Amino acid sequence: MSVAIDIKGVHKHFGSLHALKGVDLQIRKGEFFGLLGPNGAGKSTLINIIAGLTQVDGGSVAVAGHDVVRHYRQARQCLGIVPQELVFDAFFSVREVLQIQSGYFGLGRENEVWIDELLEALMLTDKANANMRSLSGGMKRRVLVAQALVHKPDVVVLDEPTAGVDVELRKSLWEFVSNLHRQGHTIVLTTHYLEEAEALCDRIAILNHGEIIALDSKQGLLNSELGKSYRVSVTAVTEIVVEHLSEHLRQRIKSVDGHLMELELNKDRDSIVDVINSLNSAGIEIIDLSTQRADLEDVFVDLIKRQQS
Amino acid sequence: MNLRGFYTLLFKELLRFYKVLLQTVIAPIITTLLYLLVFSHALKDHVVVYDNLAYTTFLIPGLVMMTVIQNAFANSSSSLIQSKISGNIVFVLLTPLSHIEFYLAFLLAAIIRGLVVGAGVYLVAIFFVPVPVHNVVVLLLFALLGSALLATLGIVAGIWAEKFDQLAGFQNFIIMPLTFLSGVFYSIHSLPEIWQVLSRFNPFFYMIDGFRYGFFGVSDVNPVHSLLVVSVALVFLGGLTLSMLSKGYKLRN
Repeated sequence: MSVAIDIKGVHKHFGSLHALKGVDLQIRKGEFFGLLGPNGAGKSTLINIIAGLTQVDGGSVAVAGHDVVRHYRQARQCLGIVPQELVFDAFFSVREVLQIQSGYFGLGRENEVWIDELLEALMLTDKANANMRSLSGGMKRRVLVAQALVHKPDVVVLDEPTAGVDVELRKSLWEFVSNLHRQGHTIVLTTHYLEEAEALCDRIAILNHGEIIALDSKQGLLNSELGKSYRVSVTAVTEIVVEHLSEHLRQRIKSVDGHLMELELNKDRDSIVDVINSLNSAGIEIIDLSTQRADLEDVFVDLIKRQQS
Repeated sequence: MNLRGFYTLLFKELLRFYKVLLQTVIAPIITTLLYLLVFSHALKDHVVVYDNLAYTTFLIPGLVMMTVIQNAFANSSSSLIQSKISGNIVFVLLTPLSHIEFYLAFLLAAIIRGLVVGAGVYLVAIFFVPVPVHNVVVLLLFALLGSALLATLGIVAGIWAEKFDQLAGFQNFIIMPLTFLSGVFYSIHSLPEIWQVLSRFNPFFYMIDGFRYGFFGVSDVNPVHSLLVVSVALVFLGGLTLSMLSKGYKLRN
């Protein structure tokens, strides 16, 4: 399978901070790829390097086979970036902004039809002649998406595009991006909303302190040792006395608060039937019991905690 | 070469100052005409210039050139610092434009603004005071080179400055003194010896002097000498700017 973005041994320092520590990553053509990590992990630095906005101290990056430094023209033609910050040029209208961006990529009047399509798809048609200053934050965000797509790039990178965006707009943005993916575009996404990455991405990399600490398909991460845990919440009639429980069960307690107890079990090693039997043996009468499987957020949090410890 | 990309950036820069014409063209024309009014009345009986040349007539080319270079500098520097501070410079940096195309687009837009404002001052001034033209090619050449030099300096300042305060410092402590001490309001022959010598280290003096030669056929120094100084300064500063842009100095960290 051909590679959309090829990142080889990328190092970046900012003064004494080693922001990226030899990152290796290949994003395949046509993938919906998630790049996750806590604040300061190096996600935006990596994206800026892909975009040519930041220079590497070591290693190389290629987009669609074009080195982003040596063959920057070809690389940038293949790349559309939606920046994290809500930036805009207050001098121009929405249509002017898109026409100008299109022109930078060598496209003229022949691209007007696509600009109209973008305006329509992003629900901006009635704002086409409005000055950028007069738009709401959500509309400005949609213009940023349109700007990134105006030259029809194969690879689209969205750097936290839904930060500070309301639920409705977030949904419509994801529908739009999912459509792009279905049309064959490679999508790279960074987000703080892990449920979005879980819902949309085929493959996910987790970056922390400038290193990739996990790289797998979404299912692979959820099936990993970390993803095999699940939580059981128990509500008892009487107050739960920990000393009455079996040693096996005590080791799995996450929290106890009066009548409520939360256990963390492993789906390979622990059986919910055994748990119920153990509770009954301890004389605990259960009113309610619920289970919750591990999601990407649990995997993410556990991975980050493990690296920190 | 990404010709359409270059034209688009040039067009965008022109559109930017066209959209605020009152501030970028009309206001500097009026300010310069006020200079003309005040200085010509205040100094016409006190400053001795070339033989048989009225002081007001002498003053006009200097003021026109001063307007040209100040506006060329203002255009490129203000556009860059605004784009950097608001963050929208990223829309240009993400594109396949080369550093040469970037430089030439900002340069040409700034030259055009400088020449438009300068032409405005000239056309209004000659309505009141006739100014002879000795050699139109020479005066256009100096206007072009002078505006190119200051447009380039504006790009350097716009890239270097990280806040408006730093750009204002550049303008007030470098551009303004060099402009006012360049012979806009006087011939350097009317200065004491030491100031005459110091003036010869000011590249702005050669722009003004050469430009004035285009009108009167008279100058403080040989116009070929002035042409050489301005050209060398432009080549040096242009090279420095291209080097800054190709390395992404303060633009691509």
